[in-house]
Amino acid sequence: MNETKNGLRDGIPICLGYFSVAFAFGIFCVNSGLSPLQATLISMTNVTSAGQLAAVPIMTNAGTFIELALAQLVINLRYALMSISISQKLDSTMTTPHRLIVSFMNTDEIFAVASGHGSSVGTRYMYGLILTPFIGWSLGTMVGAVAGNILPAAMSDALGIAIYGMFIAIIIPVAKKNMVVMKVILTAVLLSCLFAFVPGLNKVSSGFVIIICAVVSASIFAAIAPVEN
Amino acid sequence: MEYGEFFKYLAVMALVTYLIRMIPYVAFRKKITNKFVSSFLYYIPYAVLGAMTFPAIFFSTASLIPAVCGCIVALILAWFEKGLLTVAVCASAAAFVFGLIF
Repeated sequence: MNETKNGLRDGIPICLGYFSVAFAFGIFCVNSGLSPLQATLISMTNVTSAGQLAAVPIMTNAGTFIELALAQLVINLRYALMSISISQKLDSTMTTPHRLIVSFMNTDEIFAVASGHGSSVGTRYMYGLILTPFIGWSLGTMVGAVAGNILPAAMSDALGIAIYGMFIAIIIPVAKKNMVVMKVILTAVLLSCLFAFVPGLNKVSSGFVIIICAVVSASIFAAIAPVEN
Repeated sequence: MEYGEFFKYLAVMALVTYLIRMIPYVAFRKKITNKFVSSFLYYIPYAVLGAMTFPAIFFSTASLIPAVCGCIVALILAWFEKGLLTVAVCASAAAFVFGLIF
């Protein structure tokens, strides 16, 4: 019982953070031509900020399913690494059926918190931890999608930058301490700018641009500057 | 967007995302030892987020100047390692204030 409580306590800050970012995602969806229900369904079935943000333009511009699947694969590949890492820490209560459920909510923040929690984690803690972030992410999207139409335009416009602010908050502290990560980011940004502004290249659709930029940059530095240990 | 099409996209997206998370969670018991693969997996989130953020962030608000201001605020706060929520809210606030001016 205590572990459930610990999990719930640790999930609250994540829930609040998710609510605000999901709120911005809801606005983004409605501005892109999705209904509030569609926006909420995307959040409830995916729970991945970067993946969802990339998926919306692919959907609304009638992109192919292959493009959507590949974009999700590359953008969300980091979760595979996190799942591998956290799987080494699960205790004996985490049987396969529980793993099938808990893995659905393996987000960056859940992973980070679970990794920092003691020497092992079990079902009680994990269910406590994932409950409120799931609610925050889904509810935030719904409220944002509905209220986005009511909010003054100046305010909903300004919220469009919130998700990108969150991405910057994730990458910059690491880049500051690790020059290779800094170079990985700068290379990906440079490529992404080329795809945005160079005539011809700017015809490539958004999902493929992310895939190409990320795979090229990460491959270069994995080859010339692999991570030690 | 029309619901029939929407549900097809939703199914593809949700399935791929779930499988990526679930398969290693359920199946993996060993550590990856290949240096290139583990390095690639380590670098990929930063490359993805970098490519997604730039230059898209500059077009995320109604006009360019508020977006640039919001971006600068986010970069400064992130450099000083403020939390995700703080950085996201302050970037929005800066974009809002400069949006009223410009």
